Amino acid sequence: MSVLSIQQVEKQYAGHKAVNNVSFEVPQGSIFGLLGPNGAGKTSLIRIITRITAADRGQVLLNGRDISTTKIREVGYLPEERGLYKKMMVGEHLLYLARLKGLSKQESLESIKYWLDKFDIKGWWSKKIEELSKGMQQKVQFIATVLHNPSLIILDEPFTGLDPVNTNLIKDEIHRLNEAGTSIIFSTHRMEQVEEICKDIVLIEQGQVILTGKVSEVKQQFKDNIFKVTTTSKLDDQGSAYEMAGLDEDGYLVKIQDGYSSNDVLKEIISSGNEIKEYKEVLPSLNDIFIKLVNKA
Amino acid sequence: MNKIWLIAGREYITRVRKKTFIVATLLTPIGFGLLMFLGTYFAAKGGEAAKNIVVKDDSGVLDVSEMTDKLMVYTPSTEPLDQLKTTYMEQDKDILVYVPKFEDFSIKDYEVRYYTEDKLSIKTITDIEKALARQFRDHKIENSDINIDIYNSFSTDITLENGEKLDQIAAGEEPKSSGKTAILIGTVLAGLMGGMMYFVIFIYGGMVMRSVMEEKINRVVEIMVSSVKPVQLMLGKILGVGGVGLTQLAIWLVLIPLIILGIGTIFGGELDGGSMDQFKEAAAAADMSQSKIQEIFSELGSINWGMIIPVFIIFFFGGYFIYASMFAAVGSSVSDDQGEAQQLMLPLGIPVFIGFMMLQGVLTNPNGNMAVFGSLFPLISPIIMPARLAFDPPMWQVILSIVILIATCIFFAWIAGRIYRVGILLYGKKVNFKEIWKWLFYKG
Repeated sequence: MSVLSIQQVEKQYAGHKAVNNVSFEVPQGSIFGLLGPNGAGKTSLIRIITRITAADRGQVLLNGRDISTTKIREVGYLPEERGLYKKMMVGEHLLYLARLKGLSKQESLESIKYWLDKFDIKGWWSKKIEELSKGMQQKVQFIATVLHNPSLIILDEPFTGLDPVNTNLIKDEIHRLNEAGTSIIFSTHRMEQVEEICKDIVLIEQGQVILTGKVSEVKQQFKDNIFKVTTTSKLDDQGSAYEMAGLDEDGYLVKIQDGYSSNDVLKEIISSGNEIKEYKEVLPSLNDIFIKLVNKA
Repeated sequence: MNKIWLIAGREYITRVRKKTFIVATLLTPIGFGLLMFLGTYFAAKGGEAAKNIVVKDDSGVLDVSEMTDKLMVYTPSTEPLDQLKTTYMEQDKDILVYVPKFEDFSIKDYEVRYYTEDKLSIKTITDIEKALARQFRDHKIENSDINIDIYNSFSTDITLENGEKLDQIAAGEEPKSSGKTAILIGTVLAGLMGGMMYFVIFIYGGMVMRSVMEEKINRVVEIMVSSVKPVQLMLGKILGVGGVGLTQLAIWLVLIPLIILGIGTIFGGELDGGSMDQFKEAAAAADMSQSKIQEIFSELGSINWGMIIPVFIIFFFGGYFIYASMFAAVGSSVSDDQGEAQQLMLPLGIPVFIGFMMLQGVLTNPNGNMAVFGSLFPLISPIIMPARLAFDPPMWQVILSIVILIATCIFFAWIAGRIYRVGILLYGKKVNFKEIWKWLFYKG
């Protein structure tokens, strides 16, 4: 079952279609990458999902129900452009945001305490936001996104401005939340992060879905028949079954010629007297796929 | 609705506990009191001590002892004029006044000379002229057939009073029609109300606008709108800031009279009774007898406060709301440029200026056509209608005015909300009116 189902959604702004007939499913319990170049319509789409704006056409279902009938607190959203009230104290700010999500005061206080403990920042309650560094503020913003225990969390570039330690802290927390059953939509330009974190992706370009599916399937779909071969002595640049495609740190990258298989390549190398230490398929990176698709479009 | 109150609460609390708010709220009445105090102080002291004037009177008309008052001490002298000219300084006199011989009682223009080392102010000169003229008048009357008491009875004070009110009193009824004093009170009230609206619209309306811009610029709004509808955010902000305004005005309403009273009692004595005497003189000049003061109080009591105060508050909030929502829309739709927003505030505030200018005419004719138009037109009515309240406007006008005001508030909230929800999420783009017009019809 899908936690989120986007069905033929359209949104038009002064003259241009920011979201054009978009449909995709976010599987329950997945970490889902929402990808696309700048201006592709990601933010417009997220704003529809978070009910900041409404779609002109189409339907968005959250846990099987039309999004307009669901509770605000079912979704947590960390926007890319984010700020906090500088003059407020961390504690009262979180309390304010939690109450706006519909939590009672008691629930809010318990949740805030839990998260401040978790991030080991109990002493921050009465610190003013303006006293915090950007990275510290980001932790507060992350807490604000999750403290109402939403079933779907949308994170837009959650790691920008964080040092590696805090990046890992948040990353671990994302995984922990996900293991506990929370579905997560992760929007970013950083493809290596997507590859590391996401199980499923959708790629949007000019308001339209140009690719969606499991990361492993997408990679299969875009594989280029490239294999990595490590041999004891130098490999011939050109065989009949393969073509040299490049070098890796400790091996060669070969592309299998049309009409041949891996077995043909292996046979050819072995028969040349070379010894094979390693042979494995190399799948394209999401970065490669992204660039390839966006350039084509 | 619950969220609007949460937002309003935050806006209120964070503003009210700011140091700048506390300082401004306390310093304004103190500054006001200081101004009053300095005003009376300087007026009383006149910046200088009393003038000592020596009078050489050859006319024999003057009774010099009667001329002396607080600021002018007159002393007669019999020394010859030429000698006096050189010695008056040594006698510690500031001015020498020489009145030549006077025989022809029909003369109306008469020249008197003064000699002094000082530069005399116009006020000093006219004061001396008046004192001399009074003496000449009395002297002329004494030497005529006219009885001074009869002469004094020639000048008459006329009080034009509302006959209907007097009839009602004569019939032993509670007077329903307003008298002259009520009109005076109404005028003061109207001026106060007009001034306050003006202040509220620009100070607190401006506060709403700046706060909208701040939220937009530092991107808090991105986090906020995923929890609340933009229009809730806007309304909460307007309510919260309005509450701050009401708090501030309420504190001033209590503190300013207290401080003025305090200054009066603390410094009253140190002013050599000067300022107090001045007040008394002023009261006497205005013929403010005990009975007059009583009348003012009874008129104050007979004014229909039970109607005026709630209506006043309705117009206060209505006026503030209309303009604050306009300013919120402006704040949301301009880019990061504070100056640009400030500039837009002025043309939007023009109706307030117009209302303010109309106030004079409305007070001259409180139930005339202009007054009726002004109190129904919703961009001006918050200034004009409360000003008319003390003049017993027809009830249907008050009710119609309130209905129009509330309808306008709703309409402006709708428009401003529509502009706001698009504007706050739009960055780095110059918008024009055509585009804003389109925003009104965006879905969601």
